[in-house]
Amino acid sequence: MDFLSEIFSVVLSTMGDVLPIVAIIFGFQLFVIKRPFPNLKRVLIGLLYVLIGLSFFLIGLEEALFPLGKLMAKQLTDPEFIRSGLDVVTNGLVWSDYTWVYLFAFAIGFSTTIAEPSLIAVALMANEVSGGSISARGLRISVAVGVAIGIALGVFRIVTGTPLHYYIMAGYVIVIIQTFYAPKMIVGLAYDSGGVTTSTVTVPLVAALGLGLASTIPGRNPLLDGFGLIAFASLFPIMSVMCYAQISEWLAKKAK
Amino acid sequence: MNTFLDVFKSLFSSSRDLLPIILVVTFFQLFVLQQPFPELGKMIVGILFVMAGMSMFIRGLEMGLFPIGESMAYSFARKGSLFWLLLFSFLLGFGTTIAEPALIAVAKEASVIAAEGGMIENNKEAMRAYATGLRVTVALSVGLAILVGVIRIIKGWPIQYLIAAGYIGVVIMTAFAPKEIIGIAYDSGGVTTSTITVPLVTALGVGLASSISGRNPMIDGFGLIAFASLTPMIFVMAYGMII
Repeated sequence: MDFLSEIFSVVLSTMGDVLPIVAIIFGFQLFVIKRPFPNLKRVLIGLLYVLIGLSFFLIGLEEALFPLGKLMAKQLTDPEFIRSGLDVVTNGLVWSDYTWVYLFAFAIGFSTTIAEPSLIAVALMANEVSGGSISARGLRISVAVGVAIGIALGVFRIVTGTPLHYYIMAGYVIVIIQTFYAPKMIVGLAYDSGGVTTSTVTVPLVAALGLGLASTIPGRNPLLDGFGLIAFASLFPIMSVMCYAQISEWLAKKAK
Repeated sequence: MNTFLDVFKSLFSSSRDLLPIILVVTFFQLFVLQQPFPELGKMIVGILFVMAGMSMFIRGLEMGLFPIGESMAYSFARKGSLFWLLLFSFLLGFGTTIAEPALIAVAKEASVIAAEGGMIENNKEAMRAYATGLRVTVALSVGLAILVGVIRIIKGWPIQYLIAAGYIGVVIMTAFAPKEIIGIAYDSGGVTTSTITVPLVTALGVGLASSISGRNPMIDGFGLIAFASLTPMIFVMAYGMII
């Protein structure tokens, strides 16, 4: 019974998200375009699928993965755990003692991005538009590698306490330089993949990791230092996607 | 028979998408933390829900969200009315962002920081006003971003100029914004684009670029999401400076 009421409340809140969009679309269709939708019935069934699918997806995550993932982030960042893995126990922990945390950040960044629904959507679209020359799977894996590196580096930043904006600005410079050399076709897509990576699956887990770290490391303020991981996760995929395009272009040239 | 095969296929590909996350969690739980799984049955049920949900969502994308975005783009291009297209783009950005749950959560946390940092009075009333103001700011900036992005597709401007200008804007604002707001501002760029907005906006961009002659959907069609995750950073820092 508890479970049923939870399903109901998730469906309801997803509907709340979808409602403004549906209102805008159908408002314009009715009053501005003044033409009926092609395949209206099919589109409506599709919308219903999206609604139910997304609700099921969220319920499942909430039931299975989020509690465990959040608990894990908390346990891995616990100073007790980190000390227990060291041979020599010193008073303070230095940045190199956090090996498992970096590994976890990398792994969780990669795996949550692969499962991210909005990235799947963009990859499908890119595959279709490019006539199959951009593989949906290749794009998603290169985005996931970017997020993984980004989050691992973001965790390193929290541990060392260096200012966020230096990293971001350095990242911007690299992105701009890469833009000059990357194939023109990929640039827009690469920029977009920065924004889509962080949504339903990634944000809750990554936020838990950042918060866990910032509240256990002495001298860090969770309110100030807990933020910033998402920014890393949306910057690094831009680089990795352009990199992926450059490498595949280079390979194609070499094959000729 | 065919539909049965389709369902099976999409479930299989969803399970392949979920495999990494399951492996990571299992590895860290059993080998690093060395603990048994709490409530294994509940987890398995949850994973089945995620798989089913993902398959349905992808099917719905192809049947519903993509065709809507593309057919709206074609209709506007045929109608030839720039005003309505721009109004639609702005509303789509604004309307989808203002109700975004991730943004509501971030705005709330930001108001706590602002109250502790002494930027606003430390009471419920002031904090709520601050959070609402922040949400409206972000929603406006996303609406504006989609609008500018659509103009860019119509005019065929190269995307990197606009993105570079946006980056310079972020850097300049970072120098002047209060320190407390910077982390939130940077993060707010990433959280604004939700799972339903992304497919719609992408389809809109690609649809526009393929219905306007001289535009390449691959080069010109993408990039709307990139704007939508850049402008909130600038606007949130501006908000932090004004308040």
